[in-house]
Amino acid sequence: MQGSSILSTFYRYSPLLLLALMWEAAVRTGVISELILPPFSETLTGWWALASDGALFTQAASSLKRAVSGLALAIVFGTTAGILMAWNVKIRTFLNPLIQMFYPMPKSALIPVMILWFGLGDMSKVVLIFLGCLLPIVVSSFNGARGVEDVLIWSARSLGASRRQVLWQIIVPAAMPEILTGIRTALAISFVLLVSSEFVIARDGIGFMISGFGDEGVYDRMFACIMTVVAMGFFADRLFQLFMRRVLIWRE
Amino acid sequence: MATDGTIRIENVTHHYRPPKGRPVHALDSVSLEVKNQEFVALLGPSGCGKSTLLYLIGGFMPIESGTIRVGGKPVTEPGPDRGVVFQHFALFPWKTVLGNVLYGLEHLRVPKDEARERAQRFIDMVHLTGFEDSYPSQLSGGMKQRAAIARTLAVDPDILLMDEPFGALDAQTRGIMQEELLSIWQGTRKTVVFVTHDVREAVYLAERVVMMTARPGRIMESVDTRFDEGGPGVMDRPDFVEKSSYIWNRIKGEAMAAVTAKAS
Repeated sequence: MQGSSILSTFYRYSPLLLLALMWEAAVRTGVISELILPPFSETLTGWWALASDGALFTQAASSLKRAVSGLALAIVFGTTAGILMAWNVKIRTFLNPLIQMFYPMPKSALIPVMILWFGLGDMSKVVLIFLGCLLPIVVSSFNGARGVEDVLIWSARSLGASRRQVLWQIIVPAAMPEILTGIRTALAISFVLLVSSEFVIARDGIGFMISGFGDEGVYDRMFACIMTVVAMGFFADRLFQLFMRRVLIWRE
Repeated sequence: MATDGTIRIENVTHHYRPPKGRPVHALDSVSLEVKNQEFVALLGPSGCGKSTLLYLIGGFMPIESGTIRVGGKPVTEPGPDRGVVFQHFALFPWKTVLGNVLYGLEHLRVPKDEARERAQRFIDMVHLTGFEDSYPSQLSGGMKQRAAIARTLAVDPDILLMDEPFGALDAQTRGIMQEELLSIWQGTRKTVVFVTHDVREAVYLAERVVMMTARPGRIMESVDTRFDEGGPGVMDRPDFVEKSSYIWNRIKGEAMAAVTAKAS
């Protein structure tokens, strides 16, 4: 069992290995110039150099801190707003036009505004990530809460629950699958906004490193940082999926 | 808790208002009295408003005009004096069988140990012993409905409102559930309002079958369906067959009316 699962994991990710090999081969044979793409192996040594002096991890950590803070704020405010919108018509009527207006807007357009209002520190990035993650969470929470079947609410009420208790005990858990799906989308968005905002407004962080090494022409390290971001995003998503499966164990 | 499960419905008229389109006249001046501990079946063609009437008794929708009194008090909102069982079970999918059955007991502030014991008693009663920790998604339709019935009975309501509770089950499970419901009713003597469109089921289970007309729903006729002896064997007796076919003939006209109304 154990052996076969290792083998199947290997097969699942073998396209990545193939990509790495093709990358190495393309540069070594000169199909792609070394000036614009360092060989995969050099990217790895570059990564190792950054990792062994710890710089990579402290930078990644300060980036992660921003992403997590922005996302956490968005989860708190987004789920609250979405569920209240489903619960109360007045709140819905009030918030709906605002949401429809801001939903399609690319949040990266707000980067200059963020600099103007919050400067170059953590705050500007946290607020940007918060804004970018907020709407997908609001919308999914709203849809989830809206979709709760009447019979569940009626059952709870006739078992003695008050209207307010129904909100916490029925609507929130029943909407949980959709809320979590929204948060997963937001998680991906948080990485996009994190890196792109750190390109423009930052003095540290993984996005700042990518643009810094790019400007200096240290491409092996630049690619090492990009791969680190990819890995961070991948593991964050994986971790969240595991969490989702745990929470939604009741779903078959 | 109060023990008067009398339901008095007076002149209730109701319109169903879909989110889009015109309101539908669902109930037209319906008056009906269900006695304490009586088992009444509401029978009628689909769309005749029988479920709507049940929901109004449950307090799930505001009453437009007329009054409904339960145990002498006007219905304004849902409450644990009226337990409901829905066709599609309406179990809380994120709770286990035990969690579902405990839910109402938690609201009644029953002490933990006692609640646990009481929940177990009802789980045993509906033959779900051993499935306490299963989630609804892991159960068959019949088992889900048993769990839902246990959940409702655990809070000991005066009245059981059942909305086609066996409509989603296969014929065999359905027969078993009917027997179980009858024995539960005989053991607990609750007032039961049972909505169905199955004539045999209505005649077999209920003491009285109340027929409703096609939309807008009105009370058409009330038929006494008590027989001297119980048990499934009664279904083959001539008086049972005769009553069923009488009711079937009365309902058939309404069912036709409902179908043609839909077609036009």
